[in-house]
Amino acid sequence: MEFIKFKNVDKTYKNGVNAVYNMNLEIKKGEFVFVIGASGSGKSTLIKMLYREEKPTNGEIYVGGINVARVKNSKVYKLRRKIGIVFQDYKLLPKLTVYENVAFALEIYGLPTDEVKRKVLKALDLVGLKSKVKSYPDQLSGGEQQRVAIARAIVNSPKLLICDEPTGNLDPDTSLEVMKVIEKINDLGTTIVMATHDREMVDKMKKRVVLLDNGKLVKDYEKGSYSNYEGV
Amino acid sequence: MRREVIVIMKAFRIISRNIRDGFKSVGRNLSLSIASISCITITLLIVAIALVVSYNVESVTKRVKQDFTIVTFVDNAASKEQIDNLTERIKKLDNIDNITHETKKEIASEMRDTSDSLSAIIDTWTDETNPLYDTLLVKVKDTQKISNTAKEIRKLNLVKDVKYGQGMVESLLSVFSAVEKGILITMVALVLVTLFLITNTIKITIFSRKREIEIMRLVGASNFSIKQPFVIEGFVLGFLGAIIPMGLTIYGYSALYGHFNGQLFSPFIKLVAAEPFVYVVSLVLLVLGVVVGMFGSYNAVRKYLKI
Ligand SMILES: Nc1ncnc2c1ncn2[C@@H]1O[C@H](COP(=O)(O)OP(=O)(O)OP(=O)(O)O)[C@@H](O)[C@H]1O
Ligand SMILES: [Mg+2]
Repeated sequence: MEFIKFKNVDKTYKNGVNAVYNMNLEIKKGEFVFVIGASGSGKSTLIKMLYREEKPTNGEIYVGGINVARVKNSKVYKLRRKIGIVFQDYKLLPKLTVYENVAFALEIYGLPTDEVKRKVLKALDLVGLKSKVKSYPDQLSGGEQQRVAIARAIVNSPKLLICDEPTGNLDPDTSLEVMKVIEKINDLGTTIVMATHDREMVDKMKKRVVLLDNGKLVKDYEKGSYSNYEGV
Repeated sequence: MRREVIVIMKAFRIISRNIRDGFKSVGRNLSLSIASISCITITLLIVAIALVVSYNVESVTKRVKQDFTIVTFVDNAASKEQIDNLTERIKKLDNIDNITHETKKEIASEMRDTSDSLSAIIDTWTDETNPLYDTLLVKVKDTQKISNTAKEIRKLNLVKDVKYGQGMVESLLSVFSAVEKGILITMVALVLVTLFLITNTIKITIFSRKREIEIMRLVGASNFSIKQPFVIEGFVLGFLGAIIPMGLTIYGYSALYGHFNGQLFSPFIKLVAAEPFVYVVSLVLLVLGVVVGMFGSYNAVRKYLKI
């Protein structure tokens, strides 16, 4: 059974912009899907509808059996607890250490301190930053900051990790490093949906790729079938 | 049972973290927090003064009202039966609480006790030459209507004259009620100003924590737990603002009471006893400070967080 399902989804913003148009998409549990397309093609809009930052204008979106469009404002947090989210700009708190930034996502659950510690260290270990627990974000490189953000996104072991241009601010080598981390998380069973501009990297990763153009899903490449040099 | 314990422990941890953060946040926006705390302090000080004054006015008013008596002088021609009859008739009027009869003999002997020079004169009086009148001391139920009641008594047969401190009573009561009204208006205005200031303090805290709130939302913090730290910060502001007014009330009023020996200018104006009065007032101040702080910040959270 599909884990994520878009059914005839339209999204028109209040200003009349048609960002997503009649989208149908199914993603299975444990899949790794890239969403690519030109700037303004609707990648971020798709991502935002997944974590219910935006509501679809028409159609239905299911995430793990939940009809996301129907989730009440006051209950959105319950959905968010099942999803990890990573952004281009990391969204770390500059006054908190690496450890505190990751623990921040657990504080809302009121877990005992030793359990928080165990989970945070496990997540930081996974992204390879266990040695930086006491550093502050401005003492880290961009790639390291993004890995902290990833650790925070997965510290609660979500079934789904969604990323909007996580490597947008990083050079190719660092991007690849971050991608390896995300791939490792995928290998552990987490479903990944990632919007990106970086076709070079997408080409190397050999995953399923969904191409958007002007709000429409124009092509769905099966795992490994996407080539950056297609048609060249 | 175990599940409940775990839930309670969780709630306890979250709340204690939020209280810690509330104090931290007050420190982080120190200048604005100090402004809010000062505003609460000033408001509560005035509220404290207002409470002390109005409570004392209230108690004096009560005593004055109790003491209001229509002194009815009975014609010397009246016999014992006629006086009893008159008493009965007064009793049947509206607004009468109770009546005491003082014979002129009793009044004379009371006067004799007050001074030696008087007693010499009074001793020479016989029942016939006693120039005093028998009096009926009439207490009324509602002092506002005392002049009407006095008028009605005056109309009755055998009533020589009626006295009840005309004018003085009414003006005293109207001064008291004006004082109370003025205090109330000042208090309400100050509380509103304080609410406004706290709302603004919390608004600035919210702006300075926009990113934090955004991230809290992303990682799945409920609206309640996003709001809670700000409301707790309001609580902390209110609590800190109440400390000085409470201290001043407890020590200040007790000292004042001791200094004046419990009465102001004359035994007529008795102060309300310091204990437990000061504790009740301090409790009112604390509750008011905390409620104003929490309400002000709740207001800000609702307005600027839109959740
Ligand atoms: N909040 C919004 N209000 C109105 N229009 C919006 C909003 N967000 C996005 N849009 C519009 O919707 C369209 C799709 O935007 P979206 O951000 O999804 O594109 P994108 O594929 O993520 O682009 P980029 O690669 O530049 O990030 C664009 O035309 C954009 O201007
Ligand atoms: Mg985008």
